Amino acid sequence: MKRTAPEVLPAEGGLGDEPLLAVDDLHVEFHTRAGVVRAVNGVSYTVNPGETLAVLGESGSGKSVTAQAIMGILDMPPAVIPQGEIRFKGTDLLKLSDDARTQVRGQRIAMVFQDALSALNPVFTVGWQISEMFRVHRGMSKSDAMKKAVELMDKVRIPAAKQRVHDYPHQFSGGMRQRIMIAMSIALDPEVLIADEPTTALDVTVQAQIMDLLAELQRESQMGMILITHDLGVVADVADKIAVMYAGRIVENAPVHDIYRAPAHPYTKGLLESIPRVDLKGQELYAIKGLPPNLLDLPTGCAFHPRCPYRQDNCVTSAPPLYEISGTRSSACHYWREVLDGEQQ
Amino acid sequence: MSNPTQPVGPGLPETQTMVTDQVVPPAQEGQRKGKQKGGKPASLWTDAWYDLRRRPMFILSLIIIAVLLVMSFWPSLFTSIDPFNARTCDLSTARQLPSAGHMFGKDNLGCDVYARTIYGARNSIVIGVFTTLITALLGGLLGIISGYFSGAIDVISSRVTEIFFAIPPILGALLIAATFRGRANSIMLVILALALLGWPMTFRIMRAAVITAKSQDFVVAAKALGAGAGRIMFRHLLPNSLAPVIVVSTINLGGFIAAEAALSFLGVGVQSPDISWGLMIADARNRFLDAPLPLVFPAVFLSITVLAFIMMGDAVRDALDPKLR
Amino acid sequence: MGRYVIRRLIQAIPVLLGATLLIFVIVFALPGDPIAALFGDKRPDPAVAEVLREQYHLNDPLLLQYWYYISGVLFRGDFGVNFADVPVSQLMAGKFQVTLNLAVTALVMEAVIGVGLGLFAALRRGKASDTMILAATLLLISVPTLVTGFVLQLVLGVKLKQWTGADIFPVAGVFAGWRSYLLPGFVLAGLGVAYLTRLTRTSLVETLRADFIRTATAKGLSRRRVIGRHGLRNALIPMVTYLGADLGNLMGGAVITETIFNLPGIGNQLFQSVYLREQPVVVGIVTVLVLIYILANLVVDMLYAVLDPRIRYE
Repeated sequence: MKRTAPEVLPAEGGLGDEPLLAVDDLHVEFHTRAGVVRAVNGVSYTVNPGETLAVLGESGSGKSVTAQAIMGILDMPPAVIPQGEIRFKGTDLLKLSDDARTQVRGQRIAMVFQDALSALNPVFTVGWQISEMFRVHRGMSKSDAMKKAVELMDKVRIPAAKQRVHDYPHQFSGGMRQRIMIAMSIALDPEVLIADEPTTALDVTVQAQIMDLLAELQRESQMGMILITHDLGVVADVADKIAVMYAGRIVENAPVHDIYRAPAHPYTKGLLESIPRVDLKGQELYAIKGLPPNLLDLPTGCAFHPRCPYRQDNCVTSAPPLYEISGTRSSACHYWREVLDGEQQ
Repeated sequence: MSNPTQPVGPGLPETQTMVTDQVVPPAQEGQRKGKQKGGKPASLWTDAWYDLRRRPMFILSLIIIAVLLVMSFWPSLFTSIDPFNARTCDLSTARQLPSAGHMFGKDNLGCDVYARTIYGARNSIVIGVFTTLITALLGGLLGIISGYFSGAIDVISSRVTEIFFAIPPILGALLIAATFRGRANSIMLVILALALLGWPMTFRIMRAAVITAKSQDFVVAAKALGAGAGRIMFRHLLPNSLAPVIVVSTINLGGFIAAEAALSFLGVGVQSPDISWGLMIADARNRFLDAPLPLVFPAVFLSITVLAFIMMGDAVRDALDPKLR
Repeated sequence: MGRYVIRRLIQAIPVLLGATLLIFVIVFALPGDPIAALFGDKRPDPAVAEVLREQYHLNDPLLLQYWYYISGVLFRGDFGVNFADVPVSQLMAGKFQVTLNLAVTALVMEAVIGVGLGLFAALRRGKASDTMILAATLLLISVPTLVTGFVLQLVLGVKLKQWTGADIFPVAGVFAGWRSYLLPGFVLAGLGVAYLTRLTRTSLVETLRADFIRTATAKGLSRRRVIGRHGLRNALIPMVTYLGADLGNLMGGAVITETIFNLPGIGNQLFQSVYLREQPVVVGIVTVLVLIYILANLVVDMLYAVLDPRIRYE
């Protein structure tokens, strides 16, 4: 897909009013034999330097597709982006040429994937894979690039990095592999790091270490980070703000402490109540009723209405806009006041 | 703490990315539930048949094979000349070009090429079919036993197949056929030689399929319910492992026919006065450059026959395994 | 790597012994007088028969017979003699070069054409060119070497020469140097080209769906590098395993091809010996080829380990 116009890559440094990364009214569709799957329907969010945005949602909510659209790694076709902008320092990435886009990818905006075992190439050493970034993008010699790879492995705290740089991915444990994935993604000091479920494939004990590592790396470099997850428990300590997605839309936007204190959308409320908590031991765990929506055939009105305990008649007919609750909060629920007040009807 | 009653809660781990979840299954995949592991074999075959009827390649191969079968059972339907009757040959008309009475012309001995080509179908089909049957039965049976009872039986039979795999099939068959040439019926000899070298392939495929099927829930359940080994093997494992064996056997049938032609061409296969396309090619070889037709016609029939079986095997495989289309 | 190599070597020994025993049993131990079988239709001179009986130790127990035979083959390169008492090894000397040239020509053609077409088809999956390539492979697989050999000899060799006056593809013998191998090499490669095209296509299509390909794209690598370096390198693994099986096809095909094109190689010698009913030579040549096949497969296994680190460190 070739697009014309702005060849100018966003400059390093000053931003003015423009956020570091802004997704604006993004739509993504998949054209399949079964019909058009509307995976993302008008998503907007922003990330600033040093800020972590957690994008929360269940499987099929469109959170990963949005991330892949930012990276430009969607398979097009079947994917189509009919509408929307992805502005990186003010430049719409969707309007860049393929070449210019490749320059952004990996160098300015990088990504960490969920399952490092399958995301790393099994036939190259981890050192080769990390150093490839320096060889291809920085034109370094093999040995210099390899030295950089060792430095990076040290930085993500892989023991005996100097020796292990010659090992293959299958020779590492899950947590170590994810560290390698992270080392590779931060190799060229990207300004935005997208982490797509970086800890889902890992043991609980390792999860916390990986999240701490990501948070630390971000503090050092002032990257903007998008943390994609389905697990509210993971985000509490690291995220600054949260965007909750449902059926390809953002249903709630809020600073992290606001959401934990009082959610303003029934779906967020459901998510929070379904986290097992030590202090509520013995009580029945809450689960959101019903099934995730069929993206080929979305419910009318508010997509969440078939599962919503707050549902009124107008929810079936009219889709709620994102109501602004305060300068930093919004909710796509007609009855956000009731949800916020906790009055279940 | 009780479990949530709903099957899908937000706390469940996402095992697949959104894209694979949503994009891959098109409408047709839904109707093809039978192809997923553990589906009933009946629906697998029903689906495959539904799919096959729509494939022009399958229909075409079916028609060719039907014509070939008729040709090998009743060759006289196609020609009034009896090629086994030496009086139909006339040396003075050797290598005559096609004419009204002899549409493919005449060969080096002045015999009618068309009649010989028609009669040649029988040996190709007989050798192809019987070799395939023997390899399928022998390889299939050993494969199912070996796959079901792992342990010593499996180790021994797997080692034995490795030994057979170490001998290139055509060379092995050539050696056997050359050793016993003249001491047995040449057609039976070709069948046995090819089958002896061919069964390990069926064995491997059957064994792999059985090992996969063995771990499926319904087999484990049948075992738990106390079904005997024989019943499990033939009522549960066999129908679920048959598909790949049928595909490979169909393709191999074409391969055996080609191998028969090669052996006959090399002089160790079908022997005169029996007729075989490979033999006809060998006979026409000496004068091929100035009189190519007596070689070209059997060659074309041979190629179309092999093509038909391989095409059918390809079509059946695609119908049973739509993954790679 | 070392342990893997040693394990494969050890595993190859029973296969080698088993395969030679199988050949031995087929020829010498099955019912019937093996000496009479050696002579086929000819009637052996009783004195010659007795000499042969002695030579093959046919009066000893079977396993001892086998031991004499295999130790001769393995330690002395003794593959027996023909009826004129010429050692089989001597008959084969000088002919290996021709067969090797032919096989290398075929392998190069397979690699270049097969991988090229497969790559092309994989990157245009579902398009018309892909469908056409698949149809062409079906045709190549279906038309026996016997047929392609004669047809190409006639059309590209003889007719083309008549039409153009230039002998582009010599059709018999090896008098025209490397050009003599072009046409027979292509005929021999036909089946392999088709299989390799299909395998490359399937393998690459599967590989390009892998997660690490998405990672490579996300690293900001060019599409050329993603496919060429990350994709092809992984797709290569099943392609190399195919090489082993392919050598068997090449050996069978070489007998036919060398016979059609009158190339004085091992395959042609095998055909001549079958025709002359020189059974000891037939046995000797088949044994040599089987040994080469086993060793070549061993090399392919090593290559496989070089390409796939997961195997190497098992």
